[in-house]
Amino acid sequence: MPMHRKLFLKLESSKSLFVLALVIFAAASTSAFGETPEEKGLAIAEEVDRRDLGFGDSYSTLEMVLTNKQGQSSTRELRIQTLEVPERELGDKSLVTFDHPRDIEGTAFLSFTKILDPDDQWLYLPALKRVKRISSANKSGPFVGSEFAYEDLLSQEVDKYSYRWLRDEPCGDAAAGLNCFVVERFPLYENSGYVRQVTWIDQQEYRPIRIDFYDRKDSLLKTLTFSRYNQYLDQYWRADEQYMVNHQTGKSTRLTFDEWEFRVGVNERDFNPNRLKRLR
Amino acid sequence: MLQNRPLQAATFAACSLLFALAAAAPVSAQGFDFSGFVAGETRIFPEEAQFPEQRNSHISPSLVLQPEFRYRWNRRNDRLSFIPFLRLDAHDENRTHFDIRELSWYHAGDDWDTVLGISKVFWGVAESRHLVDIINQTDLVESPDQEDKLGQPMANLNLLRDWGTLSFFVLPGFRERTFPDDDARLRGALPIDDDDPSYESSAEEWHVDFALRYSHTIGDWDFGLAHFYGTSREPRLVPGVDADGNPFLRQRYDLIHQTSLDAQYTTGPWLLKLEALTRDGHDGDRFFAAVGGFEYTFFGAFESNADLGLLAEYLHDGRDNRTPATPFEDDIFLGTRLALNDVEDTELLAGVILDLDQEERIFSVEFERRLSDNLNLEIEGQLFDNIDSNDLLSGFEDDSFLEVRLSWFF
Repeated sequence: MPMHRKLFLKLESSKSLFVLALVIFAAASTSAFGETPEEKGLAIAEEVDRRDLGFGDSYSTLEMVLTNKQGQSSTRELRIQTLEVPERELGDKSLVTFDHPRDIEGTAFLSFTKILDPDDQWLYLPALKRVKRISSANKSGPFVGSEFAYEDLLSQEVDKYSYRWLRDEPCGDAAAGLNCFVVERFPLYENSGYVRQVTWIDQQEYRPIRIDFYDRKDSLLKTLTFSRYNQYLDQYWRADEQYMVNHQTGKSTRLTFDEWEFRVGVNERDFNPNRLKRLR
Repeated sequence: MLQNRPLQAATFAACSLLFALAAAAPVSAQGFDFSGFVAGETRIFPEEAQFPEQRNSHISPSLVLQPEFRYRWNRRNDRLSFIPFLRLDAHDENRTHFDIRELSWYHAGDDWDTVLGISKVFWGVAESRHLVDIINQTDLVESPDQEDKLGQPMANLNLLRDWGTLSFFVLPGFRERTFPDDDARLRGALPIDDDDPSYESSAEEWHVDFALRYSHTIGDWDFGLAHFYGTSREPRLVPGVDADGNPFLRQRYDLIHQTSLDAQYTTGPWLLKLEALTRDGHDGDRFFAAVGGFEYTFFGAFESNADLGLLAEYLHDGRDNRTPATPFEDDIFLGTRLALNDVEDTELLAGVILDLDQEERIFSVEFERRLSDNLNLEIEGQLFDNIDSNDLLSGFEDDSFLEVRLSWFF
C-alpha cells in the first residue's frame, strides 16, 4: 500500500503534468491503433483463466483409450483430482490415480504445478508402499504411453506462455456454429517439446476447442480437440471428450470423462505426498 | 509356519476388528473391491548345486496367489484391506509359505491418519540397498534382493502438519526372517535353523517395538529422520553343532536402537540420494552405515520416447563381526534403467554391485513388460561372480539364477 501512495503523490509533484500528458498520449495511441496482437492474445488467455477462477477443486473419472496406427487399442481408467491454487504466481495441484489395467491399480502421480520453475512430482507405487519423488524434467515425455505429454495434461497457467493473437475464424467441426479466436502461444518454461502451439478459443464462452502442437523443429506434431462441453455450477465448462492425434506416428489417444464433480471438499492435506497411501 | 505365533494372534485380533468394522460400516459406501494376481514362475539355475545336501534342481517352478480384498467407505477416508499371500514351491519347503501381507483398517482424519492391523511401510530412497527400511521383516525366501516383506502388526499414527509429517509406530509381535530350506538353492554355506531362534528380550517375539519418524518436503529436498527401538530385523547367525555333529547357524535377534536419515535432492534430471544410519545393541560396537549416490536420466533418449537413467551409489557399512553380517561393507553400485514409455510400460533395470575390497561382483537384472490387459511378464536374474571362498557370499557362488514370472491380474 505505501508504494501506491508514493506513486500517487509523485503524480501530484511538479512533474505531474508531463506524466499525465504521457499517460493520456499512451492511452490515446492504444485506442487509436488497437492493442498489439501480443496484448490481444494475452488478454484472451487471461479471460479464459478469469472465467475458470474459483472452481475450488474438481474430481473426475475418465477412460483413456490408446490406439496405434494399426487400429489396435488399449484402455486405462483413471481418476484426476485438482486443487485450485488461486494465486496467479502459483500453479494448481493435481493427483492422478490409476484403476486399470489391474497391474498398475492404485499407482498415483502427484504434481504441484509451478509457473516457470520445474514442477514438484511424486509417484506412489502401491505394491511397495513406496512414495518416490521424481524428476519433472520429462515434460515432453509421453504420459503412460499415451499421445499426451505431461505438459499437455498438467494445469495450464497463464504465465507459462507468451501469446500472439493470429485471427478470428469459425471454430470448425469441433464446435460448429461458433466463432473462435486463434491464438498462438509459446512455452516459456524449460524442457517443453514444443516451439509453439496454436489454440482455438470460442468467443462466446472462452473455452479451448482445439490445439495444434508444433515440435521443436516447428513441424505439426499433434492436434487436440475438445468436445461435448458441459457447464457446472453455472460457470465452469469442462469437455467430456479430449481427442489427441499424432500426425507424425498415426497414433491417437481419446480421453472420455464420465463424471465431473466440483468442490468435493478436498484440501491441501489430500495432496500431501505422505497421504498417497490413502489411495490403496 | 507354526513359529509365527505373533502373526496368528494379530491375525485373529485384526480379523475380529475387520468384521466388527465391516458390520458397522454403512452399506451405501464406495464399496467392496476384489482384485489380486496369480503368478506362475520358474527359477533357472545353470550351475550344479555347491553342497551335497542341496537338491540339484536346475529348474524350479513355483506358484503364487495373492488375492486382495478392500472395503472403502466415508469417501475413501476409511478402508479395510485384507491381502493374504500364498506360495507353493516345487523344491523349497520353506519357500512354500503363507503370509498375511495386509489385514488393516486405515482411517484418514483431517490432518492425521492411522493404520491399525497388519500392514507394510517403506522408508528410503536408494536403489542398491534398502538400508533404513526397518518396519517390516524381509521375506527372504521370496528373493535374495530383500525387497519382499512380511506383514507387520502395527498401530500407526501419522500427523500431517505444515511443518512436516510425524509418524508413530507401536509394533507388537515380531516376525522371524524367512530363510531357504537346508536342501534348497540360495541357502548359503551352512544350514540355518528355523525352529528355535534366540532373542535378547525375555519377551522373545512378543517384545513390543517402537518407531518414530519425521518426514518433510522443503523445496527440492525430501527427507526423513527416524528412530527405531526394538528387535533387530536382521538376525546374527551364530554357529552351532546339532545332535548329529553337523554344523548349523542359529538365528539370534538382539534388541537395537537405530537412528536413520534418508534424503533426496531433486534437480532437473538429477536425483541425489542418501540413506544413513547408526545402530547400537548387537554384541559389537555401535556402527555407522550409509548408501548414497545419484540417478541421472536422459529423457527422450535415442531420439525416442524412452528414458535412460544412469545410477551410481557407494555403499559403506562399518559393522564389526559381532553384528549381523553384511556383504556391503565397501562397495559400489553401477546401474542403468531403461523405460520405453510405451503402451506396455516396458522397463529394464540392470546393475552390478562391485566389492571394492574383494573384487566380488553381483550382477542383477530386472525386466518387466505388460503382455495384455491382465498379463504381465517379469524376468529377474542375479549372477554371483568372482566370489571369494572365505566370503559371506561363498555359499551362493553356484546359485546364480534367472527367474521368469508370468502374472495374471484380476
